[in-house]
Amino acid sequence: MILALSAFISIFTTLAIIAVLGKESFGFFQQVSIWEFLFGTHWEPLLEPKSFGVLPLLAGTLLIVVGSGLIAIPTGLMTAVYLSEYASERTRSIIKPIMEVLAGVPTVVYGYFALTFITPMIRLILPDTQIFNALSASIVVGIMILPMVASLCDDAIRSVPVSLRQGGYALGATPFEVTKNVTVPAAFSGIIASFVLAVSRAFGETMAVTLAAGATPNLTLNPLESIQTMTAYIVQVSLGDTPAGGIEYQTIFAVGALLFVVTLGMNVAANWIMNRYREVYE
Amino acid sequence: MVINDPILSIWNLNIRYGQTLAVKNNSFEIEKNKVTAIIGPSGCGKSTLLRTLNRMNDFIDSFNTDGTINFDGNDIYAADADPVEIRRRIGMVFQKPNPFPKSIYKNITWGPQINGYQGDMDTLVEESLKGAALWDEVKDRLNESALSLSGGQQQRLCIARCIAMRPEVILMDEPASALDPKSTARVEELIAKLRQDYTIVIVTHNMQQAARVSDNTLFLYEGELIEYGPTKALFTKPEKQQTEDYITGRFG
Ligand SMILES: Nc1ncnc2c1ncn2[C@@H]1O[C@H](COP(=O)(O)OP(=O)(O)OP(=O)(O)O)[C@@H](O)[C@H]1O
Ligand SMILES: [Mg+2]
Repeated sequence: MILALSAFISIFTTLAIIAVLGKESFGFFQQVSIWEFLFGTHWEPLLEPKSFGVLPLLAGTLLIVVGSGLIAIPTGLMTAVYLSEYASERTRSIIKPIMEVLAGVPTVVYGYFALTFITPMIRLILPDTQIFNALSASIVVGIMILPMVASLCDDAIRSVPVSLRQGGYALGATPFEVTKNVTVPAAFSGIIASFVLAVSRAFGETMAVTLAAGATPNLTLNPLESIQTMTAYIVQVSLGDTPAGGIEYQTIFAVGALLFVVTLGMNVAANWIMNRYREVYE
Repeated sequence: MVINDPILSIWNLNIRYGQTLAVKNNSFEIEKNKVTAIIGPSGCGKSTLLRTLNRMNDFIDSFNTDGTINFDGNDIYAADADPVEIRRRIGMVFQKPNPFPKSIYKNITWGPQINGYQGDMDTLVEESLKGAALWDEVKDRLNESALSLSGGQQQRLCIARCIAMRPEVILMDEPASALDPKSTARVEELIAKLRQDYTIVIVTHNMQQAARVSDNTLFLYEGELIEYGPTKALFTKPEKQQTEDYITGRFG
């Protein structure tokens, strides 16, 4: 009974979110065309002359997602391979808890870390970099999601049956060949799942990004400039004194709806990939 | 037992897991191009002994061994011995079929490929599958997943991928124990065929199987080598009481 109720709560919450997002964005899209919203290149909803092109926010988000993914995915996978295939039990018992601590650090702390440590480092090497910049934010988000990638990939790799590895060794393969051609491919669906979760997390990350990357909607792919992501925009408006009900206020629901759709799309794609490969690998 | 043409010579072999002695002071030789069966009750150390012969126990942390195992004149546990090279030359088939979750074709080609095989892969695949008496059943579906095969077919695929490496010795740990009687019969036929070209060491629980497929039989009991001799003699006129008790089913 309690279990059913708990399940119901999450279903209800999801439906409520969809309803609110739908209603408020509907109001928004009566005044701004979907076309203008999705393909407009200028985002200036709060100041006259207003414009509602979401592309700059999308580009900002993309920069962070791609940048942090480029950092966290290869490093996380390599960490997992090291932990599961090469590290001794002792090393493992030291590194695993450290990763858990890293995963539990509040994101604000990561934001300050980026601002006070990573950004100065970048500016030391590339002096033209703006104080708020996408690169610093990408790096810190990459560090944030790395433990999750490593830990989930590690679980996936360790769940590959020992017998499969032995099959590889019995054919005169080196540990590296077994890892690369047997273990990692067999753990593929779990590894992809971890990538998707990590990317979703980067996609939705707000606090650290706002602190490190700034609040300048900017249609650019240059990581050294200040940008604004979709989530950061939502926070900016929610915390500001924008009156409820106006179009300015409705923008956050439109942006939220877009976030929702993209995240959903990613999860569907991930499920599809996982099912496809599960057929092959189990 | 005196063996004329040994391929593996084992002297005073002890095998331990941590402090526990699992195989005790075994000395014997494996005859080239013959089938040698290792029999004995559950837990007596058959798998332990077998896996030590191609260094598959290296991955168990608590494993350690002393004594010598000479293969082709060299001690396989010598400091400069290369375990990867040894496993290339001494292949292994496991109790539970463990094909890779790849296509049938790739299951065969993977080993030769990583070991730098230069010849024609299609030919190798065909020969290996024919060698494992599987070709006719799978020749039209080489690109399907190996996991789509039945258990018996999977085991023959594992044998095929093993012989694709052209090993000198094939170690088999109860290769038919997870299979139904019909598949078991096919694997046994296969072993009879393979004995022409390979040296085979097979662990089995099943004494009829040992009697059917092997030339020599080694009886292991609680880690000790009790009796070793030509299969026929060992099953008809065992020298030791323990052997007789075991093969007549009085224990184990
Ligand atoms: N990885 C291991 N770590 C510690 N002890 C082990 C390990 N593997 C086997 N042993 C022990 O070594 C002894 C011999 O085991 P082994 O698996 O070689 O027996 P077996 O004759 O193959 O048995 P079965 O017929 O059941 O397969 C047993 O007492 C077992 O508990
Ligand atoms: Mg065994």
